[in-house]
Amino acid sequence: MARVESELGTRRAAFMKWIDDRFPFTETMRYHITEYYASKNFNWWYIFGVLAMVVLVIQIVSGIFLTMNYKPSAEEAFASVEYIMRDVEWGWLIRYMHSTGASFFFIVVYLHMFRAMLYGSYQKPRELIWIIGMLIFFVLFAEAFAGYLLPWGQMSYWGAQVIISLFGAIPGIGETLVEWIRGDYAISDITLNRFFALHVILLPLAFIALVFLHIVALHHVGSNNPDGIDIKEHKDPDGKPLDGVAFHPYHTSKDLVGIIVFLMIFSAVIFFAPDMGGYFLEHANFEPANTMATPEHIAPVWYFTPFYAILRAVPDKLWGAVLMGAAVLLPVFLPWLDRSRVRSIRYRGWIYKLALTLFVISFVTLGWLGLQPAEGVYVLLARIFSIIYFAYFLLMPYYTTIDKTKPVPDRVVYHG
Amino acid sequence: MTDDVSDELDRNRRHFLTVATVVVGGAGVVAATIPFIASLKPSARAQALGAPVEVPVGNLEPGEMVRVMWRVRLVFVLRRDEEMLARLESTTALLRDPESAVAEQQPEFAVNQYRSLRPEYLVVEGSCTHLGCAPLPEFQVGPADDWYGGFFCPCHGSRFDLAGRVYKGVPAPTNLRVPPYRFIREDVIMIGSDTGTA
Repeated sequence: MARVESELGTRRAAFMKWIDDRFPFTETMRYHITEYYASKNFNWWYIFGVLAMVVLVIQIVSGIFLTMNYKPSAEEAFASVEYIMRDVEWGWLIRYMHSTGASFFFIVVYLHMFRAMLYGSYQKPRELIWIIGMLIFFVLFAEAFAGYLLPWGQMSYWGAQVIISLFGAIPGIGETLVEWIRGDYAISDITLNRFFALHVILLPLAFIALVFLHIVALHHVGSNNPDGIDIKEHKDPDGKPLDGVAFHPYHTSKDLVGIIVFLMIFSAVIFFAPDMGGYFLEHANFEPANTMATPEHIAPVWYFTPFYAILRAVPDKLWGAVLMGAAVLLPVFLPWLDRSRVRSIRYRGWIYKLALTLFVISFVTLGWLGLQPAEGVYVLLARIFSIIYFAYFLLMPYYTTIDKTKPVPDRVVYHG
Repeated sequence: MTDDVSDELDRNRRHFLTVATVVVGGAGVVAATIPFIASLKPSARAQALGAPVEVPVGNLEPGEMVRVMWRVRLVFVLRRDEEMLARLESTTALLRDPESAVAEQQPEFAVNQYRSLRPEYLVVEGSCTHLGCAPLPEFQVGPADDWYGGFFCPCHGSRFDLAGRVYKGVPAPTNLRVPPYRFIREDVIMIGSDTGTA
C-alpha cells in the first residue's frame, strides 16, 4: 500500500516537473496563493476585494447566458428582455442575477474603496494599486451605463440621452463628438447596437485585464492591514512575515465564510426584492423607450446619483459637467493629496476622522439628493454637500499636515 | 565573402532603424485607426433616414401642437393663436437670449421675435438644450408669476417661452433649436430643408 502511494507520489512529482519545466505553475501558485502572506489581523473590511471578484464572475456568467436570448435592436430589445423574463426557463433568475449583480457590484466596490480610505491603503507604496483600482472603477461606470441602455426602457433611453449629451458641453467639438458617440442624430438603434458591443466585448476585456494588473501590483507590494504598518519588517528566520499568514488556506477559508454570507444576502434580494423598490431597477424602465416623451421624473440608478447631484447643483451646463467629471476623477490623486505619514484611521488625529466622517455623510446625502427632483431646498443642499465633497479632497494636503497623529505600533494589534 | 560577425555595435544605425520603424509603424497604426473611428459616424443609412419630412399643418387648430420625428429627433410644430403671440411681448425681460443672437440655434429666417418663418407656426426641436430631455408643453399662463406659457423640461427644470426662448437662471444655455424648414404648400411644412431642393 505504502509503495503504491509513494509510486503515485513520484509519478505526480514527475508530472509536475514536466509542467514546471514548461510553465511556471508551482512558482506562480506559491507566489500568489500558498506563499502570499497577508496580515493576520484583517477585519471584515477586507472581504470586499474578494466579493468584487465573486460579483465579477456572477456578472460574466449571467451575462453570457443573457446574450444567448437578448436582441440588441431598438425594435426587439425590450421584447427580448420580457421574453427572457417570461418564456426562457429560469430566464428571470439569470436576468435578475445580472441586474441585481450590477447594484451589488457598486455596493461592494464602494465599500472596498472606503476600506482603502479608512486604512490608507492608497498611500506609498500602493499608489499604482489605487490608480489601477480607480481605472477599474471608471470601466465599471462605463459598463453599467452601457448595460443600462440595453433593455431599451424609458429610463434606458432618456438616461443615455442625458449622459451622452454631457459631452455636448465641451466647447467647439461637443456636438460632433456626441454625434460620433451615438452614431446618429439622436439615441437610436445604432447607439443601442454599439453599446451592446462595448458592454459585452470591449469593457469586460478591459475590466479583466485591469483586475489582473490590480492583483499583480498588490502581490508585488503586499496587502495593507488595519494598522497600516509594513508586516515585512518583522520576519521569522525563514523569511516569512511574523504577522502574516498565507493567503491559502488561511485567508481563503475565512473569505469563504464571507462569500457565503454575501451570497445569502444576494439571493434574498434576487428572490424577494429584485427591483429593490425602484432603486435597482427603476419603475419607468418597465415601459418601452418612447422617443416622444421624457418620463416626469428622471434619475439615474442609485450608484450614479452622488455625481448626478453634483451635476445638477451647478446652474450652468459646461461647469456642471466639469465639476461632475472632477468629482469622479479627484480620488485618483488621493495618494498625493494625503500628506499624513500614518496610514490607518486608528492612529490618525481627530481632524482626519472628522474629515472622513463629513465626506461619507456628504457622499451618501448627495446620493439621496440625486434621486430627488432638482428644486428648492434639494438644490441648496446639493450645493452645500458638493462643497464638502470637494473640500475633503482639496483641503486634504493642509489638514493631513496639521493633524496630530498617534504613535503607530511596531506589530499588528487585534482590536475593533 | 567573410563569415565573421562583428561584435561592434553601430549605435547610429540602430538609432536610425528604431526611429524609422517607429515613425513608419506609427503612421501605419494611425492610418489603420481611421476606418474604425469613421465607422462610428452616422452611416449612409442613418443620413438617408435623416431626409426631410413633410408635415401637413392645415388641420391644426390654433393653440394645438403636433410632435413629429425628423432625423430620429423630436420636433414640435405649434400653431400659435393671436393671444399666444401677444404673450411673447411679456417674456422678453425674463429671457437669456430674446433676440436669438446665438446663430447655431436657428436658421437665419428665424432670427426674429417669433423665431419662425410665419409668426403663427412655431417649429422647434423638442430637445432641451441642457441635456436633451423632451420638454413638456405647458401653454397656460401661471401658476408662477413669471410663467407666460411655453415649454418646461422635467429633467432639470429648464424653461422656454412660446417661441422656444430660454429663461434666465435655468441650466439650459440656449434657446430651443429651430430646424431648417420651409412651406412647400400653403399648409404643408417640410422639415429638414430650407433650400430649393427637396
